[in-house]
Amino acid sequence: MLAHEFIRNALLAGSLIAVASGLIGYFVVLRSQVFAGDALSHVAFTGALAAAAAGLDLRVGLFAATVMVALLLAGLGERANAVTDDVTIGIVFVWILGLGVLFLDLFNASASSSNGTLAARALFGSIFALSPSAARLAAVIAGAILLALLAIARPLLFASLDLSVARVQGVPVRLLGFVFLVLLGLDAAEATQAVGALLLLGLLAAPAGAAHQLTVDPYKGMALSAAIALLSVWVGIFLSYSIPALPPSTAIVGVAAACYLLAAGAPALRSQRSKRCSA
Amino acid sequence: MNPSFSLDPLSDLHQLLAYPFMVHALQAGSIVAVMAAVAGWFMVLRRESFAGHTLAVMSFPGASAAALAGVPLPSGYFAFCAAGALAIAGASRTQGRRNLAQESAVVGTVQAVALGAGFLLLSLYHGVLESLETLLFGSFLGISSDQVLTLLVSAIAVLAFFALAGRPLLFASVDEDVARAGGVPVRALSIAFLLVLGLTVAATAQITGVLFVFALLVAPAATAQQLTPRVGLGLALSVLIGLLITWFGLALSYFTNYAAGFYVTSLAIVLYTTARLIRMVTAAPARRPPAADGPLRSGLARALDAP
Repeated sequence: MLAHEFIRNALLAGSLIAVASGLIGYFVVLRSQVFAGDALSHVAFTGALAAAAAGLDLRVGLFAATVMVALLLAGLGERANAVTDDVTIGIVFVWILGLGVLFLDLFNASASSSNGTLAARALFGSIFALSPSAARLAAVIAGAILLALLAIARPLLFASLDLSVARVQGVPVRLLGFVFLVLLGLDAAEATQAVGALLLLGLLAAPAGAAHQLTVDPYKGMALSAAIALLSVWVGIFLSYSIPALPPSTAIVGVAAACYLLAAGAPALRSQRSKRCSA
Repeated sequence: MNPSFSLDPLSDLHQLLAYPFMVHALQAGSIVAVMAAVAGWFMVLRRESFAGHTLAVMSFPGASAAALAGVPLPSGYFAFCAAGALAIAGASRTQGRRNLAQESAVVGTVQAVALGAGFLLLSLYHGVLESLETLLFGSFLGISSDQVLTLLVSAIAVLAFFALAGRPLLFASVDEDVARAGGVPVRALSIAFLLVLGLTVAATAQITGVLFVFALLVAPAATAQQLTPRVGLGLALSVLIGLLITWFGLALSYFTNYAAGFYVTSLAIVLYTTARLIRMVTAAPARRPPAADGPLRSGLARALDAP
């Protein structure tokens, strides 16, 4: 299996994206911001279409759109932290998607090629279709996101767990909120090319949800979340390689969701601990 | 068909209604706008927008599965949306009280699985791919009178639910603990609400497309809740805004040939932003700081706290 170049590319890019998404996902779930992550991954789609309509590289559109919307969401949220206003997220992202179809129409008018394929690629990605250079670039970007996140992990954890105490202690809570959402946006843009805009959620929510179920220790939780995401990508790629009818994105998300189900289903682990974890 | 916009509203209206497909689109759009505005009002109040979006996404595997099985697409929409509602309701409230972090993880996972399953089904059934765009972004064209009838029946069912259960649901949504102590079946209501939301979303998604359900579900309700803390007025306003967004969005799309989704969502965000600005201006002189929850929730909570 490793003899194939596309598998090696997929493993390289997929592993780093998985670790970055798993780690970010831990905070996303902790801060109840899964919806924001979802919105950002949808926004990536508009960015890709805008770039296509303008004839630019897809990546330019992806990163520009997600970072801008991340800043917008962080600025618009009525509270600086924790539960970002879900109505604001909903309305902003549905409008951005509205722009997306406009770009799709414009793209239709300018190029008569099969745009449905482009839309499908932007939405669902294809980890097996990465070129070696694209895979390397994806890995580098994911690595950078990972390092940035590790650098702010401690204050971010503090701010996420107890906003008011963190603020009193002089932690720049609002700035952290901005930086975190921008990192989330970058991750969404990055993962879009590999697992697709719509399936990023599987790597963001499921491993982190499982980790939160299994442990209350934040550092263990982060490691666990990243590990489950990594495992999901590896097993997913292997399954998809063995079963040709199974798209890799579906396989990866399926494994991640199965991990979540296992974690949530283990009754002994679920009893009191998850309650304390959320409090 | 080459409609041209003029400044004469009567001639515009005449052009708009000249083709049966457009009449059907307006009928279906109006029905959907009313039910989405009412269900959305409760959804926004209960802060279940993410669940609503995920239910909308459920119609994607629903449609793919229906196409694969060779049954009419709407049956797939309804079945999968109901299944999604049960999955979310079952998984996210195991401990009785709401746990927002865990709930968002559950909803996100359900959505990811739905999308993954939809993608798998789609790749098994190659025929749907051409209509993927329609599925996701909706199409106001080609709505049959049968479809309008189905939508009408679902709308009546949804509105009947809110007419019967609206009052206890409101109570349970604003203050869960007090409602439970008062003997309101909070858990049953929350499951029933998610099911009704699933029905609404499945119906709405057939018209607006999976990704634009929110334009009719969240925007009118959120705008109304910014403007008034009163329940009846808010619901009426929400319905009115939903209808306006739909009619103008359709008409603009008809005259300019760009996607209706773009116009509908743009109108939605303009109205919402305006409402928020109005609230900022009117709330400024007030002595107490504006509640982060929005005027409705805090107003209702105060009313319930009062003896």
